[in-house]
Amino acid sequence: MIKFVLMVNRQGQTRLSRYYQPVELGKRAALEADVVRGCLYRKKEECSFVEYKDFKLVYRHYASLYIVVGITESENELSVYELVHNFVEVLDKYFSRVVSPIMFNMDKVHIILDEMIQNGHVVETNHSRILAPLSALDTLAHS
Amino acid sequence: MSDVVERTLTALPSLLSSDPSPGRPSSTSKLGTLIRGITELTSKHDEEKLIQRELVSIKEQVSSPNTTMRQMKELMVRAVYCEMLGYEASFSYIHAIKLAQQGTALDKRVGYLAVSLFLNESHELLLLLVNTVLKDLQSTNLIEVCMALTVVGQVFPKDMIPAILPMVEEKLNHPKEIIRRKAVLALYKFYLIAPNQVQHIHSKFRKALCDKDPGVMSASLHIYLEMVTEKPESYKDLVVSFVTILKQVVGGKLPIDFNYHSVPAPWLQIQLLRILSLLGKNDRSTSEMMYEVLDESLRRAEMNHNITYAILFECVKTIYTIHPKAELLEKAAKCIGNFVLSPKINLKYLGLKALTYVVQQDANLALQHQMTIIECLDHADLIIKRETLELLFRITNGQNVKVIVEKLLEFLRHSKDDYVTIDLGGKVTELAEKYAPDNSWFIRTMNTVFLLVGDQMQPDIPNSFLRLLSEGFESAEEDQQLRLLAVDSYVSLLQEQPARLPQRFLQVISWVLGEYSSVKEGLEPATVLRLLAPLLDLRHCSSETKSWVLAAMTKLSAGPACLSVAQELAERHGGSLDTTLRQRLHELQHLASDGELLRRVLPCSDGLEPLEVDSTLSFLDGFVSEALAAGAAPYKPPHQRQEELAQEKALSVEPYGLSLPLSLSSSSIAGRLSPTVLSMSSGLSGNSTELSPKGGALRLEGVTRVWGKEGYLAKAALKPEEAAKTEVPCPLSVLQEGGSAPRTPVVSLPAPAPGPSLQAEREKQQLASCLFMGLGSQGAAGPCLMGKAEPTRHGFRKKVKGQGSSSGARGPSGDSASSSPSPLSAQSAMDNLLCSSPLDSGSTPSPADSAPSPADSAPSPADSATSPADPAPHLPHDLPANNRPCDAQEDLTEDTDTSETVVEGNSVAVVDPYDPEPLCLSPHLPEELCGLPRSEIRPLCRDASLVLSACCVRTDHSSLLVVFVSNASDSAARRFALQMTSGDLEVSRVRGGPEEEEEHVEGHSVAVYQYSLVPTRPSVHMELAGRASYQRPDGEPQSTPFSYGLSLPDFIRPLSVSTEEYGRLWLASSNDIKQNLALLSQEPDPLRATLHRLRDRLQLNVVDIIASEGIVACQLLQGPPCLMHCRLNAGCLAVWLRSSLPELPDCLLYHCQRALAQH
Repeated sequence: MIKFVLMVNRQGQTRLSRYYQPVELGKRAALEADVVRGCLYRKKEECSFVEYKDFKLVYRHYASLYIVVGITESENELSVYELVHNFVEVLDKYFSRVVSPIMFNMDKVHIILDEMIQNGHVVETNHSRILAPLSALDTLAHS
Repeated sequence: MSDVVERTLTALPSLLSSDPSPGRPSSTSKLGTLIRGITELTSKHDEEKLIQRELVSIKEQVSSPNTTMRQMKELMVRAVYCEMLGYEASFSYIHAIKLAQQGTALDKRVGYLAVSLFLNESHELLLLLVNTVLKDLQSTNLIEVCMALTVVGQVFPKDMIPAILPMVEEKLNHPKEIIRRKAVLALYKFYLIAPNQVQHIHSKFRKALCDKDPGVMSASLHIYLEMVTEKPESYKDLVVSFVTILKQVVGGKLPIDFNYHSVPAPWLQIQLLRILSLLGKNDRSTSEMMYEVLDESLRRAEMNHNITYAILFECVKTIYTIHPKAELLEKAAKCIGNFVLSPKINLKYLGLKALTYVVQQDANLALQHQMTIIECLDHADLIIKRETLELLFRITNGQNVKVIVEKLLEFLRHSKDDYVTIDLGGKVTELAEKYAPDNSWFIRTMNTVFLLVGDQMQPDIPNSFLRLLSEGFESAEEDQQLRLLAVDSYVSLLQEQPARLPQRFLQVISWVLGEYSSVKEGLEPATVLRLLAPLLDLRHCSSETKSWVLAAMTKLSAGPACLSVAQELAERHGGSLDTTLRQRLHELQHLASDGELLRRVLPCSDGLEPLEVDSTLSFLDGFVSEALAAGAAPYKPPHQRQEELAQEKALSVEPYGLSLPLSLSSSSIAGRLSPTVLSMSSGLSGNSTELSPKGGALRLEGVTRVWGKEGYLAKAALKPEEAAKTEVPCPLSVLQEGGSAPRTPVVSLPAPAPGPSLQAEREKQQLASCLFMGLGSQGAAGPCLMGKAEPTRHGFRKKVKGQGSSSGARGPSGDSASSSPSPLSAQSAMDNLLCSSPLDSGSTPSPADSAPSPADSAPSPADSATSPADPAPHLPHDLPANNRPCDAQEDLTEDTDTSETVVEGNSVAVVDPYDPEPLCLSPHLPEELCGLPRSEIRPLCRDASLVLSACCVRTDHSSLLVVFVSNASDSAARRFALQMTSGDLEVSRVRGGPEEEEEHVEGHSVAVYQYSLVPTRPSVHMELAGRASYQRPDGEPQSTPFSYGLSLPDFIRPLSVSTEEYGRLWLASSNDIKQNLALLSQEPDPLRATLHRLRDRLQLNVVDIIASEGIVACQLLQGPPCLMHCRLNAGCLAVWLRSSLPELPDCLLYHCQRALAQH
């Protein structure tokens, strides 16, 4: 299962975090810093999966943004790797209509993520279905 | 990659960039300002100041009555951002709830979002959300219903579920798919946090599974995955549905928008595959229903995209988890091969992971890819290296342990990650305890572990190490040697640089020196004291360690020399503030001056009776059972917990069970044990092949014994280099194992003279031959069989087929099993199949043909008859093939004498002259044993002149190991002696005087030895280690190790009891387990057929069969009975085993499963 999803910029600053297993607030910053260290400095030709303590990290790099997902040992790394890309595709699809940068719309990114992952499991991957609730809200706001 | 992805990727940088570019209208949002502000900061301190300021301003605004909901939303997002950075914003929690309550549309959604981010399930404020949720669920606005369901699916107070459950249930019938889907996900959440609350609506889950909308259906799969994991047997009827769904998905029946890069709903496929693997595990008939769709999945997933590989990986896992099918296994193996060989690093990683999953069942797969594995060992990417080590850890055996441990230690030396260090330290220890080839290697390895892992080490490692030293194992001589080696190495360590030793190591050293320095002759106690004393001055030495040191010194402090050291110490440290230290010093001083008192207080450990310690902690039983009754989890030591974590990685190996004798995972054992024996479960470590002898005795004892046994066994095993050299004769022994195999002149010479460029390659191959030594031979074959297969050859490839094909390759052995009911023969037949090379796989008669009829052995002697240089095959011809008593030896001697000259003229035979011999030994079986059930005669070991073979004969009251020693050389083997030991068996010589008696085995004769075997405690498989020693004609002593594998059914005897007696026995036995077994459902009377199969294969007595129930009884040889109650239940055989011996039911159950799995 998925333990957390992190979006981090190149400097290692967290832009978005979502935990699916309780982690104390005080411990999150240290964990994130550790996780980021584990992924950011890896070379391009190295494996996209990293072992971290008793679980694994799957990361993908898009321009100035890193997306890191913490998963349990039993999860299928490659499917999570592609899930990240699917997530980015959805963001792309939604935000191509929006002017301001994605990270300034953290709430909407969260809403999209919530449609895709719940309790650490992939619950929806169909782009139009993921975006349906958010689009409905947008329509409501504009009318 | 498709165009779409290309476009996405090029568009992303501008989209995701959080740093607004100059040309872009900068965001006016406050969040934007905050984010930009933080990005620009360089120090943590500045960030803290900025955030605190931000929080103060948010706090002000949220409590202001004039703040609109729109502004509130903005504030909440900022508060969320601050908390995300680790700064608590608890003041905003209540406002988030308020926003969810009062806001509309997006504001409301953000309110819910903030709640789900801020609060965890147990937060008390969450109760305030219940009303809002209730209201929104009743709303006519679908968006609001949707939001409410979403938040319920994320976070909801457990106790309030009943308040909203009816409403959520009602939504399952909603016309809109999105509402139905969210309702299912909400129920999934309820199932996760309070499964009992949704027990009554299981039928609704089924309805969701059958929903016409694929989204609702796939949402319901989350619940099913959870429920099936917990209780697979209850959902077998759904297999057809899952298979149909998967078939439809794979076949592209879903709407196109479920596709991801033209692959239909990949994550849904993966989910379905996971469910299927759980359902098909250990269940042949269920598995059979899946074969087709799995095959199709493999076939369809051909596109070259990561996501298809992700599906393939899941498919492969499923195929290796469910009941095996040869054809699929072959395809899956090919798939793994593609992964491993892929240039893409992510796929390579996945390939290694898959290999790690399957090696325990199919070691040959590792053999196939050994060169790739070797390359991965040196891979620049640490994670690839780590995964490779994990793989090696799983294929370790007595023969490759040195090389593999060396590799693990090498990684450990460079590891900077604490977690990895601790994990690897535990693994090395485990391997060292299990497979140590000799004592000095063991001590050296443990020293390295203590040094490298240091004080982060799991505390049970030093504990079990010390326990191992103190309790010892079989031979007292070995124990002393081990202690001596430890003392030696510690003395030299202390002489070098004691300051660099970790605390735990110092403690171990102190204890060992205190206890055993007397073992070393010439080592004065005072010398040891002077070595230990400086430790007290070390700055980093903790007061705990100092106590260990002083305790050790106290034990040694006899004599005037010691007294002076003690006084010196007392002066030096007498003023210490540490009262414990002062007290110990005082004791030391006092005891050093009074030798009499010292001897009374601390008697020498040698003659000491072990203290009566209730190691089972039975006085705690009441407490434990009370706690267990209250729902507490059974205790597991940390080491085992770690092991279990690692085990979750592995798939079930039950259908194979060849290389991992006890394949029951610990969790399943714990699950099946009644509370009365739950304390046992800690002893039943799934990874250990041994079962703990008594309840609560933890794993340590098992470890000790394993080490003792394996150590003893392996001590004689060849060193890797030697083994590499002896590769040459090995293919021969393999052929010979295969019965009358075609005679190929196998001369495996090393590769052609290596040029310098080949050097590296050769090194790798050498490494490979060391690493993969002994793979696949763990079953029952001796160490000389499979292990040293020339790795560069293709001789053992493609064994997947041989192992897996239940119908094809296993056929002949199945036939023979009916003629000789020994389960051993079936098993060794499998081993033999593994060993035989593809060359002979077609024509080899089943090696399980234990009773060699003249017709069987005819072809090969006929072949060889044309070669006059080959005397051995004549033997069986000249002997009557019926059971002959032992005096046939004389005939034999005469017979071979006639061809003596021929033998001399052919001293270097390329062709193995002993080839068919094991088959011809049956005439030598002692008369009184003829006609009794027995295993086929298997070769144990051989050297230049002697060939040892053995079989196991079952009499009513004993199991006999009959060893045949054939001397094919001209000269007698003088002073021949056999020694055998086993951790699981009591071995005693039956015929021919005392065990140590030295005998001669004349040239060209066969000597027969009989040993009676009595199991000391039941275990699934039992190993016997032995050594044959004798003097060659030139007077040089010769000694050859061997091992022989037996399994529990060799020691099971039917128990005849009446139904009434059975009832009494049943009540008297306490250790019970329950399990569902596969039923031979094709038979007209499945129950009877199944029970009779068990009776025939495992020598059980079917006491009675009444309607759909049957009772079966058996007993362990010279041991307690084991009772089995069987009942037909939903297409399975529900069995309930009981015995007074805790391990017996478990082991027997394992063999029942195997007996029913073989057809």
